[in-house]
Amino acid sequence: MIPLSARAGKRVWHFRFTHGVAASLFAAALGSYVLFPDYLALITQLLVLIVFALSYDLLQGHAGIVSLGHAAFFGLGAYTAAILARAGITDPLAGLGAAAAVSAAVALVLTPIIVRGTDFTRLLVTLGVASLIYEAANRMRAFTGGADGMPDFEVAPVFGLFPFDFNGKTAFFYAFTVFVLVYAFLWRVTTSPFGLAMRGIRENVRRMPAIGAPVRRHLSVAYMLSGAIAGIAGAVLAQTSRFASLDMLGFDRSAEIMMIATFGGTGHMAGVTIGAALFGLLKDTLSNVSPKYWQLGLGMVLMLAVFFGRDGIGGLIDRLQNLGRRP
Amino acid sequence: MSNIITVVIDGIAYGMLLFLLAVGLSVTLGLMRFINLAHGAFAMGGGYLAVTLTNRAGLPFLAALPITFVAVGLVGLVLERSGIRHLYRVSALRQVLFTIGFAFAMSAFATILFGPQQQPVRLPLWFSARVPLFGVEIAGYRLFLIIVGAIIATTLAVLVDHTLWGARIRAAVDNRRAAEGIGISVERLFAITFGLGTGLAGLGGALSIEFLGLDPTFAFKYLTIVLMVVAIGGAGSIEGPILAALFLGVADGLFKYFLPEAGSFVIFGLFVTVLVFFPAGLKGRTT
Repeated sequence: MIPLSARAGKRVWHFRFTHGVAASLFAAALGSYVLFPDYLALITQLLVLIVFALSYDLLQGHAGIVSLGHAAFFGLGAYTAAILARAGITDPLAGLGAAAAVSAAVALVLTPIIVRGTDFTRLLVTLGVASLIYEAANRMRAFTGGADGMPDFEVAPVFGLFPFDFNGKTAFFYAFTVFVLVYAFLWRVTTSPFGLAMRGIRENVRRMPAIGAPVRRHLSVAYMLSGAIAGIAGAVLAQTSRFASLDMLGFDRSAEIMMIATFGGTGHMAGVTIGAALFGLLKDTLSNVSPKYWQLGLGMVLMLAVFFGRDGIGGLIDRLQNLGRRP
Repeated sequence: MSNIITVVIDGIAYGMLLFLLAVGLSVTLGLMRFINLAHGAFAMGGGYLAVTLTNRAGLPFLAALPITFVAVGLVGLVLERSGIRHLYRVSALRQVLFTIGFAFAMSAFATILFGPQQQPVRLPLWFSARVPLFGVEIAGYRLFLIIVGAIIATTLAVLVDHTLWGARIRAAVDNRRAAEGIGISVERLFAITFGLGTGLAGLGGALSIEFLGLDPTFAFKYLTIVLMVVAIGGAGSIEGPILAALFLGVADGLFKYFLPEAGSFVIFGLFVTVLVFFPAGLKGRTT
């Protein structure tokens, strides 16, 4: 039995450590702005990737729902923002809100199948729905531009004050703010009683109803939240790059985000953040050098990771934390 | 009218291909609950092997087919014994990640070895002959596909329904523990079934070059529709995938003929609807 004071001390240490990690992540993002002013577009894309990865991690890492079609929500958000902007509603925050609403609404429609299914049905349904949405976007050329994508739309200044400039400074701060807010929100959600209930469902779905937890409602809420945040990530990408295209909905992106969550350590927000940033950086550098060897390497690493790397980057962070905890 | 017959016959030929590509996945999924997203990669491997055998080694296409079936089947068997068998106990997520990783690597390999372009294949001349049937002319290749598909489907159905091996498979799909309890070695059964399933996928890949094309994206391009066959047919049987594949093949053809602007949209919509109302597939076996 650990004395109470020691346990309290541990908790304080845990609290400080995780907050410290989050703060250093934010600082690193800001630092990259200062250090690499020529790569702001890339950094902005990395921030978007992180937000998308965090949204998927809420689903898979916390609620334990596997999905092979999460890019559907990302793409829905991107197209919603783009279509709104082309229709004349150019305010970026309105675009974000609409993207979140549309993605959440689609997620809500899907919840009955997702919630009652097994892992296999979930994979099938998410893959099927993602293919359905992809094909719909591909066919509705009048709205989406089909395979050519949607290049020409304007985005108004943020709050009417900060126009999106050519250097990408506004875009960076826009994406950075979204990242910080999403991180803080998900932090709050996953440490709340609702977050604990989700973890309980992930660990033992049969036992949770016995303690009175409404499993289906929790999973539905998690799915909707995750879909809405993925939609926000997509909208940020569409607004900052002023482009929406079919690959934002594609299977590759869905598979990629699943890999990122694995490399980052499922259920570990800081790990997933670092994992997404590293993955995005590696992909950008290596796939420019040789896309086929990048794909080959990625496949190999993934296969090995299933056997050996159980906890990913998040596991490393936890081990670091345990080092500091030792008396 | 004659157009519709052509479309339906094309759809049946497509359905037979889908059946070959899906049946292995269906049986292995039913036996071991193993979610194998790399199944398309085996089919792709079969396609490239057939192309190499016919174009580089100069073998006739019909001789390349059985070689492809056996070779891909053996590769599947070896992989199952060496790596995949360790994955039955891990979570669905890890199975998905491993098999996606495998398919990624294979598709990159194909790009490195063969380049990203479509592969041509030399087919016998009579494949392009037009055979008059039901008042319409049908390409010999379509007819060949239908006949081969029907022969394989019948053989498999007879094997599963009337042999000891088939009885063991049915027992293991229904209740693996009880099957092991009466002395059936489910592991060995599964290894053989996995080999057979990958071999059939390889054969399907070889046969589909002329129909669907072959490039490194093949490993994922037809994954959704193959999974649709498995899901609608219900995992673990032979009749289920046959019916589902024929249904999907014909429905896809008809919708593309009557509603060309909707493309594959209708078929995906149909699939999601089926999943909503029949989560265990139309055949009703538990997945």
